[in-house]
Amino acid sequence: MQTETTSQVLTSLIHPKKQSRLSYIWKELKRNKHYYVLMSPYMLIFFLFTVIPVILSIVLSFTYFNMLEFPRFVGWQNYSRLFLGDDVFMIALRNTFMFAVISGPVSYFACFLFAWIINELSPKIRAFMTLVFYAPSISGNVFFIWLIVFSGDRYGYLNGFLIKYGFILDPIQWLTNEKYILTIIIIVQLWLSLGTSFLAFIAGLQTIDKSLIEAGAIDGIRNRWQELWFITLPSMRPQLMFGAVMQITASFAVADISIALAGFPSVNYAGHTIVTHLMDYGTIRYEMGYASAIATVLFCIMLGANKLTQNLLRKVGE
Amino acid sequence: MVAKTLGSLRRPRKLNRSFTVSFILFLFLAAFGAFMALPLVYAVNNAFKPLDELFIFPPQFFVNNPTTDNFYDLVALMGNSWVPLSRYITNTLFITITGTVGHILLASAAAYPLAKYRFMGSKMLFSIVVMSLMFSGHVTAIPNYMVMSWLGWINTHASIIIPSLAFPLGLFLMKQFMEQIPDALLEAAKIDGANEYRIYWSVVMPNVKPAWLTLMILQFPMLWGSDGGNFIYSENLKTLHYALGQITAGGIARAGVGAAVALLLMIVPITLFIISQSNVIQTMATSGMKE
Repeated sequence: MQTETTSQVLTSLIHPKKQSRLSYIWKELKRNKHYYVLMSPYMLIFFLFTVIPVILSIVLSFTYFNMLEFPRFVGWQNYSRLFLGDDVFMIALRNTFMFAVISGPVSYFACFLFAWIINELSPKIRAFMTLVFYAPSISGNVFFIWLIVFSGDRYGYLNGFLIKYGFILDPIQWLTNEKYILTIIIIVQLWLSLGTSFLAFIAGLQTIDKSLIEAGAIDGIRNRWQELWFITLPSMRPQLMFGAVMQITASFAVADISIALAGFPSVNYAGHTIVTHLMDYGTIRYEMGYASAIATVLFCIMLGANKLTQNLLRKVGE
Repeated sequence: MVAKTLGSLRRPRKLNRSFTVSFILFLFLAAFGAFMALPLVYAVNNAFKPLDELFIFPPQFFVNNPTTDNFYDLVALMGNSWVPLSRYITNTLFITITGTVGHILLASAAAYPLAKYRFMGSKMLFSIVVMSLMFSGHVTAIPNYMVMSWLGWINTHASIIIPSLAFPLGLFLMKQFMEQIPDALLEAAKIDGANEYRIYWSVVMPNVKPAWLTLMILQFPMLWGSDGGNFIYSENLKTLHYALGQITAGGIARAGVGAAVALLLMIVPITLFIISQSNVIQTMATSGMKE
């Protein structure tokens, strides 16, 4: 009898609860319907062109797909081919990591360093210097100017300069010589990289609470390095996080500059990156399953690098 | 004594640098400033160089006899071609303006509920948007093409405009900026009988003008420099950036005209930034990511 009542009580407890939960969800949705309506146009497009493609890409990476026949499931075959059988992918992977490891941190520190120095100038000069440093990243495709600088004949600025002052006798083929391609792409990439995160850092530095700095002075902060480490950096940690995401994502996505400067494909794949490898299979060879596997690997690398850096940045100023 | 200590405390305290350090910093900033600015200055100079100066040896940095011939040549050249230059400019303007205005409207409409209210799915949706900041568009390029062709948008301007409307960075910055609007303002509007749409349009939107300009400065150069990607192949739909590629492919004879188009492409986003700089910095102050 005891059990009977218990079970009765239980069902009476569970059943209405279940109903009320559903109706609760329904009520919540109804109560907030205006918010969903406001968000719907953006979210619709966002899911259609960002979320669903990511999922599709992961699904396709396990298939053989040539855009004509229906995709055929092949399991891990694309991935095993990518990592075990594709020498060019290994070159692309190495180059991409070279770019990311050099241009990622360097551009990140450059963004911060320049923002830090510029922040101390008077407002008018500050606005001007901000413009000077930020302009390259929004000036579109003006990086073709670097083609003239690194041009392989004597009209190239670098060659012209080096010949004039007697460093070299014959012009160097900067953009077709494997030795130089990677370095040149990194330089141009750095030139373009003081973008959104640079602005975020400048803004972050300008909004640091002045009373914190004064309090720090009383607490015995003696020089600028201490001020930087104990006050400035921790108070702008959110901006530092944001900047890191922007720089890391950009540094793994190098492709346009490589193609514009070194050609596609570049000499002996010296400027080949994961993204250009992806373009090769996606837009030229039409091996969409394989290209999707490359895209998925790129996705994992970018996400992983971002998470790793965020964990590192949490330790700033501690 | 006490007064003196207080005085020294109250004085706006600035840690001083020695003259040498300041000088080194100045040199450092000047050197890198030159590295950043010179290519752009060169691009401007090039656009005004007559042909003989463009090919002088050794190459000259500054223009000696500035001329506007290159721009006239550009108009003449494109006037004679199959698709006139004005067509490319109209296309680019259309894509850029619709894309930018639409992006600001959609992103702010989505950002307002996310910034100000907690409701089912709001946290999850925002964290998906933040996550999408962590990978570039290349990851989704192939499925994107499939979605486009399924929608029948290949070779239309929609294929460039529509995806750009949901650029995640815009939503992120807008949401962070909206968080600082005081709740009291929204509640006051509610008491006055305004519904959510009304609040969004007449209370929130006028208060986030700096964020509009920021979204504009991020979205504009992207669309302005768009070459149509893989989606557009009809000549009459192509953009200015594509035309630049075609002109410079003409080689040496077109060097002057190429320089003129490059200046045209570069000057518009930079001018916009000069106009909106202080607003952009104000928005970026709230751009931080919370852990």
